[in-house]
Amino acid sequence: MRLRRIPLVIGAIIVGFAAIVAIIGPWLAPHDPFVQDLGHRYVPPAWMAGGSPAHWLGTDGLGRDYLSRLILGARISMLIGVSTIVLSGTIGTTLGVLGGYFGGTVDAVVMFIVSCRLAIPLILVALTVVFMVGSSLAVVVLTIGLLLWERFAVVSRAVTRQVCALDYVAAAWAAGCSRTRIILREVLPNIAHHLVVIATIDMAIAILLEAALSFLGLGIPPPLPSWGLMIAEAKDYMFFTPWVIEIPGVALLVLVLGINLLGDGLRDALGARTDR
Amino acid sequence: MGRFLLRSLLLAVLVCLTVLIISFALSRMSGSLAINIAGPDASPEAVAKIEHELGLDRPLPVQFLDWANRAAHGDLGSSYLFHEKVSSLIASHLPVTLRLGVIAIIIAIVVAVPLGIVAALHEGTWIDIAVGMVALIGQAVPGFWLGLMLILWFGVDLHWLPIAGLETWQGYIMPSFVLSFVAIPVMLRLTRGGMVDALRSDYVRTARAKGLSRIAIVVKHALRNAAMPVVAVSAVQLGFILGGSVVTEVVFNVRGVGYLAWESIGKGDFPVIQAVVLLFAVIFVGLTLIADLLGAVLDPRLRGG
Repeated sequence: MRLRRIPLVIGAIIVGFAAIVAIIGPWLAPHDPFVQDLGHRYVPPAWMAGGSPAHWLGTDGLGRDYLSRLILGARISMLIGVSTIVLSGTIGTTLGVLGGYFGGTVDAVVMFIVSCRLAIPLILVALTVVFMVGSSLAVVVLTIGLLLWERFAVVSRAVTRQVCALDYVAAAWAAGCSRTRIILREVLPNIAHHLVVIATIDMAIAILLEAALSFLGLGIPPPLPSWGLMIAEAKDYMFFTPWVIEIPGVALLVLVLGINLLGDGLRDALGARTDR
Repeated sequence: MGRFLLRSLLLAVLVCLTVLIISFALSRMSGSLAINIAGPDASPEAVAKIEHELGLDRPLPVQFLDWANRAAHGDLGSSYLFHEKVSSLIASHLPVTLRLGVIAIIIAIVVAVPLGIVAALHEGTWIDIAVGMVALIGQAVPGFWLGLMLILWFGVDLHWLPIAGLETWQGYIMPSFVLSFVAIPVMLRLTRGGMVDALRSDYVRTARAKGLSRIAIVVKHALRNAAMPVVAVSAVQLGFILGGSVVTEVVFNVRGVGYLAWESIGKGDFPVIQAVVLLFAVIFVGLTLIADLLGAVLDPRLRGG
C-alpha cells in the first residue's frame, strides 16, 4: 500500500517545486534573464571546465544567464499548462456533461464534434493559427486551449452517463430538482475527481505542445525563454556543447514526468480509474 | 453488420466535409493573403492584381464552393510559391511520411506488446512497476528533443547513423524510432490492461484447470483476446503519428508532407496548408474507420446499435 503512494509523492514534489519556482522566480533568478553579455557567450555550467560560479548553468548564445532563463521558462510552462486546461476543461466538460446527461441527439452532436476535432492534425493547425494571428503567449494559450478539450469531453461524457444511472440522480429528479440543478449539484461534484486526473494529463500534453510549437518558431516569441524556444535557439550549437540543449530538455522532461506521476497517483488515490 | 458499416461510412464522410470547411476557414483567418505573397512593400495595385489572379477578390462562399468542388475532383489548386500543382507536391512528399509512419507503428507494436505482456504476467511486482515507468517516461520525453539527443549520441558521438536525410536505410532508424514514442505508452498500457483482465477471466482459469502449459495459455487464450483492442488502436495511433510527423521531419530534415506543410506555413502558402490539413484528416478518418471495422470483425459485441 505504501509503495503505491510513491508516484504521487514524487509527482507532487516535482510539480510543487515547479509551481514555487514559477511564482517566486524573479526573486530566485541570480541575473536578469534578458540582459545580453556578448563577451560571455556559451559560458559552460559551473561544474564543467571553463565554467564560473557567476553562472551556475552557464550562458546562452547571447550571453544571457541560463539559470535565470530556465527559471522564467518554468513560469511560462506552468502558465501555459494551467491556463490551457482551464479553457479546454471548461469547453470539454460542458460538451461531455451535456452529451452524457441528455443523450440522444445532443450526445450524437457532441460525439460528432469530438470526431471532427480528433481528425484535425493538432500541431499543423496550431502552427497555422499562430502564424496567421501572430505569436504571443495569449495566442498560444488560446490556440492550445481551443484544440485540446477532446479528452475532457470523452471522459466527462462517459462518467456522466455512469453517474446519471445512479439512484441519487433519480432521487433528485423525483424531488423535483431542475436539470440545471441536477447537473451542477449532483453530476459535476461526482465527476470532479475524474476531471482532476484528465487535467493533469492535458496539462502535460499542453506543455509539450507549447514546447514543440516554440521549437518550430511558431510558439512563444523571443526573447521570452520558453524551454522549447531555448532548445531551438541552442540547436545549432549543440554539436560543440551538448549541454545547451540538455539543460532545457531535461527540465521539460522532469516537469512533464512529474505532472504525469501526480496524475497517476491521484487516479489511484481518488479511485478515478476509467482508462479512457 | 451492414447497418454498422453504413453508419460508420456516413459519419466518416460528414467528418471529412466538416474538416474541409475548417481547413478553408483556417486559411482565410488572415485577411492579407495577397500581401503575404506580394510582400509587405508591394503597391496596392500589385496586391489587387494578385488578388484577382488567385480569385481572392470574389465573395468567400464562392471561393469556398469553387475550392471544395475542385478538391472533391482531386484538384487541390496550385502552390502560390512553388508554382507547382499541390497534388503533385503532395504526391512527391507523401511516400516518405507514410513509410516513416508505418515503420514507427511497427516499432511501437514490437516494443509495446511484449513489454505489456511481461508487465501483466508480473502484475504488481517491480517488473510491472519498471514497465510502467518506461511508459511514463516515454510519455514525458519531448519528441523533438529526443530526436536531437539521438542525433548527438548515435550520429555525432558514435557515428553509427546518419544525422539527417533518408538516402540510406539507416536514415530511417532514428526518425521512425522518435515517431514511435507517440504510440508506445498508449499501446503498452492497453496490452497490459487487456492481458491482466484476460488472465483473470474464466476461460483462462478453465485452461489452467485443464492443465495447459503456461505458454499455451498466454499465447492461445489470453493474448488472442487482449490483442483485439491493440490491433484496432494501432490504426488510430498511426493516424496520430502521421499528424504529428511535422516536428520529427523538421528535426531530421526529412522532406515529407509534414516538412512541406511547415515550409508552407512559414511562407503563407495556403493552398498547400489547406491540402495537407485535409489530407491528414482524411487519412485519420480512414484509419479510424478501419479500426472500427477491425474491432467489429474481431469482437461482435462492438457491432451493437
